[in-house]
Amino acid sequence: MAYERSESTGAEDGADTTALALKILVAGGFGVGKTTLVGAVSEIRPLRTEEQLSRAGELVDDTGGVDQKTTTTVAMDFGRITIRSGLSLYLFGTPGQDRFWFLWDELSQGALGAVVLADTRRLEDCFPAVDYFEHRKIPFVVAVNCFTGARTYGAADVSRALDLDRGTPVVLCDARDRDSGKEVLIRLVEYAGRMHTARLLDTVG
Amino acid sequence: MNEDSAGGGPSVPGSQWYDADAGPLVRPYAMTGGRTKPGPSNVRFDLIALVVVDDDPPGPAEESLLGPEHRSLLALCRAETQSVAELSADADLPVGVVRVLLGDLLESGFVRVSRPVPPAQLPDERILREVIDGLRAL
Ligand SMILES: Nc1nc2c(ncn2[C@@H]2O[C@H](COP(=O)(O)OP(=O)(O)OP(=O)(O)O)[C@@H](O)[C@H]2O)c(=O)[nH]1
Ligand SMILES: [Mg+2]
Repeated sequence: MAYERSESTGAEDGADTTALALKILVAGGFGVGKTTLVGAVSEIRPLRTEEQLSRAGELVDDTGGVDQKTTTTVAMDFGRITIRSGLSLYLFGTPGQDRFWFLWDELSQGALGAVVLADTRRLEDCFPAVDYFEHRKIPFVVAVNCFTGARTYGAADVSRALDLDRGTPVVLCDARDRDSGKEVLIRLVEYAGRMHTARLLDTVG
Repeated sequence: MNEDSAGGGPSVPGSQWYDADAGPLVRPYAMTGGRTKPGPSNVRFDLIALVVVDDDPPGPAEESLLGPEHRSLLALCRAETQSVAELSADADLPVGVVRVLLGDLLESGFVRVSRPVPPAQLPDERILREVIDGLRAL
């Protein structure tokens, strides 16, 4: 579920030529640095998606009865990191606004994991994202974007404040810095691997 | 889910159920003939599903019947295997529209689309290791 395998190649050429695409989400509150992080580690391209508002009927929608068919345009951050030919990471910055929650379900399908960006000055902004990934058992790391001027907290403080499950990594980062962003992704992939192994052992034992 | 959105009013000649005010609301789907869901095969393409051109595509005669958007998607796939998300970005079309157009191309045999791997099969450790090393080396 965590990846798409292209069956079109590789059938005769062996497994190594099979194209793999891994999906990672970048979530967090409004203005926390999602676009900045995706841009720092990857080329960034605008990605538009039109969604039927009526399809998202479960949304709290101020417009009242939605009896016309309307679509809304949502911009998502989108980036790609090519590991090697045939193996790529795709990053999707999820829209921060509540009314686009329905997009998360689509984005999180088959995701390897997620980065939840947090700002210690408004930690509560990332609660919804943390809840979301915890409930769906999608591996995630919390990346604390260290804005200048914000008091610095230790990872353990943040972990406690967010009441994270034991083991959920908390990483301090600077979303503008490529190496820092890469480190966040590395921690996530490592953690996703550990979670997966643990689950396999669970089903065996 | 509203199934009525597929193949509804606009395809019926003379049924102008929408007026000028509705224009911008439905416009993105004009090039799909008003369809908002992929055709009968009803595939839901994941954003990272990879699209490749079919090895044995229909001939030039059939290709010449394709609309400009279908053709531009096909050209992008020919250049390189692409994810649905990238096709959307490169063709500057909304993902919803790209999905419908790809459904057409799939049904008429121009392209093939990778299928999601069953949930139980996450990438094996070797691949995750490769990703980690690859990130470090960037
Ligand atoms: N000082 C500092 N500024 C940052 C950092 N990360 C992001 N910013 C700035 O904070 C602002 C918001 O960052 P974005 O990346 O646009 O945040 P976002 O999460 O994409 O915002 P929305 O998409 O609107 O929810 C921008 O002006 C960034 O330049 C950081 O680590 N340090
Ligand atoms: Mg943004």
